[in-house]
Amino acid sequence: MSSRLLLADIARVAAVGLRTRKLRAALSALGIAIGIASVVAVLGLSESSRAGLIRQLDELGTNLLTIAPGQTLAGSDATLPDAATKKIGRIAGVQQVSSVRTLDASVRRTDHIDPDETGGLGVAAADPSLLATLGGRMTRGHFLTAATGQTTSVVLGAVAARRLGIDRVGVQVYIAGRWYSVIGIMASLPLAGDLDRSVLMGYDAAAAYLREERSATTIYMRAAPTAVGRVRERLAATANPQNPEEVTVSRPSDALTARAAAESAFTGLFLGLGAVALLVGGIGIANTMVISVLERRSEIGLRRALGATRGHVRSQFLGESLLLAAAGGAAGIIIGALVIGGYARSRGWETVIPPDALAGGLGAALAIGALAGLYPAARAARLPPTEALRSV
Amino acid sequence: MSATATRTVLALEDVVKQYAGGVRALDGVTLRVEAGELMAIVGPSGSGKSTLLHIMGTLDRPSAGSVSVAGHDVSLLDDRALAGLRSRFIGFVFQQFFLIDGMTALENVAQGLLYSATPSRERLAAARLALQRVGLAHRVLHHPSQLSGGERQRVAIARAVVARPAVVFADEPTGNLDSRTGAEVLALLRELNDQGATLVVITHDRELASALPRCVVMRDGRVVSDR
Repeated sequence: MSSRLLLADIARVAAVGLRTRKLRAALSALGIAIGIASVVAVLGLSESSRAGLIRQLDELGTNLLTIAPGQTLAGSDATLPDAATKKIGRIAGVQQVSSVRTLDASVRRTDHIDPDETGGLGVAAADPSLLATLGGRMTRGHFLTAATGQTTSVVLGAVAARRLGIDRVGVQVYIAGRWYSVIGIMASLPLAGDLDRSVLMGYDAAAAYLREERSATTIYMRAAPTAVGRVRERLAATANPQNPEEVTVSRPSDALTARAAAESAFTGLFLGLGAVALLVGGIGIANTMVISVLERRSEIGLRRALGATRGHVRSQFLGESLLLAAAGGAAGIIIGALVIGGYARSRGWETVIPPDALAGGLGAALAIGALAGLYPAARAARLPPTEALRSV
Repeated sequence: MSATATRTVLALEDVVKQYAGGVRALDGVTLRVEAGELMAIVGPSGSGKSTLLHIMGTLDRPSAGSVSVAGHDVSLLDDRALAGLRSRFIGFVFQQFFLIDGMTALENVAQGLLYSATPSRERLAAARLALQRVGLAHRVLHHPSQLSGGERQRVAIARAVVARPAVVFADEPTGNLDSRTGAEVLALLRELNDQGATLVVITHDRELASALPRCVVMRDGRVVSDR
């Protein structure tokens, strides 16, 4: 003869309180929604951005090293011997090597512009193999060759082209009293940002027209991925056998790796903020439930009179709290997914919505709902029917 | 009422209810209600009639004495079984109606069958019939806020009888209604009684009580007259 409530009815009864107080339900679910949305969005965004960075690293390769002259022991700027580039190319494991020399000249659109207005752009001499070594590509025209490297031809970096307002080949630029024609424009080089802001000509042209020496200011070297460590140890001594301490070796991809690490540090911070939002949302739900139990004393009494057990009353309020949290959690997941999608698109990343974050988000919402509902539900169940029915 | 043809739906034997402070709200009440009766329990406030209602309705337990509803000794039942007893054998009508605001009249009446594991479809069908019985077939989908006081009490009465309980307790059913509406509600209770429902009306209104076939008068926790 014991009192029984069908499972479907437990949910139905739990929904009554939400149905009759829609605005309040929506507002108290909002806290959870914001918390879950931020957690899902943070996890998804860091995944998406990491995926983007990893893809970029894969494309660029982590086997590119740069060799540059450092300083002498006396503190003045050192130089690399002219033969450094060739010698490095002979180290076992080195696949490609090429060099750049920064030139003491400025580039201008016309000779009417003040030579001091460099626009932050530099002029450099480059080997024809530079583009291949850096894994770069051209957006317009061609890179320097051994032949064009002897003539008054230049190739523009992506930023240099934009600042000079040049978007096609054949245009002339003015460098140190002479006109040079643009034969190509490079796409941006993530591993060599300096070159984006440079105008490149051949070593022969630099020697002929600018009276420049041939000692490199930066050597770019790509090694077999398995040989990077070994090659790196020998670079300084090979580049400058007399003064190996005057050589600086670095790995540009380290900067990208560091950025990936830095972003995961931020992820931790934002996750913490999301957790705080969840906690506040949970307190909001608990608060709503406590008030709901106070307001609905007579309904509790009525239901007890109609045959509800203490357990039924408990399940009603616990169910209501779970429904609130689940609704908030579902809304939060949708909002979070939209944020990830929108932001990833704006950054050109692929959208990664980690399933763990979705399951974890909903799970966290339900756990919070259960916790928040526990005390109010127990209070409702403990209320004696005679007291609940006492006229207010 | 011949002894052979009747069935006792409610039996109280020497029931005492003493509260923690020492107040003796019920002081040895013995009372039997037979199936098909329409009776009043009347008394001034403080006479113990509300306590008696709670004990008869199994919402509270006596300090001493025995209570049995439809042949079940209440003292032997735990919370779960007692709730089951209420869901099946007892109906309540309250002075304040206690309808749930967010539900239609039909859904409110169907709540009367909620805790007996009756499927939703059957609940609604039975609720529709019960609303017809109280003359509210045209108000099925109205919400309590759209109903008059008399109509609300009719909905509450339909809810009390929808599970066809052995006995219905009506606590001041006309207390919140004007006299004309109150009379209508009383007429409805008589009509339901004619159809076989057992009704116990708890009231402080002597006039109303004396109009019913049986009237139990309470004073200071005791039954002082029963006719």
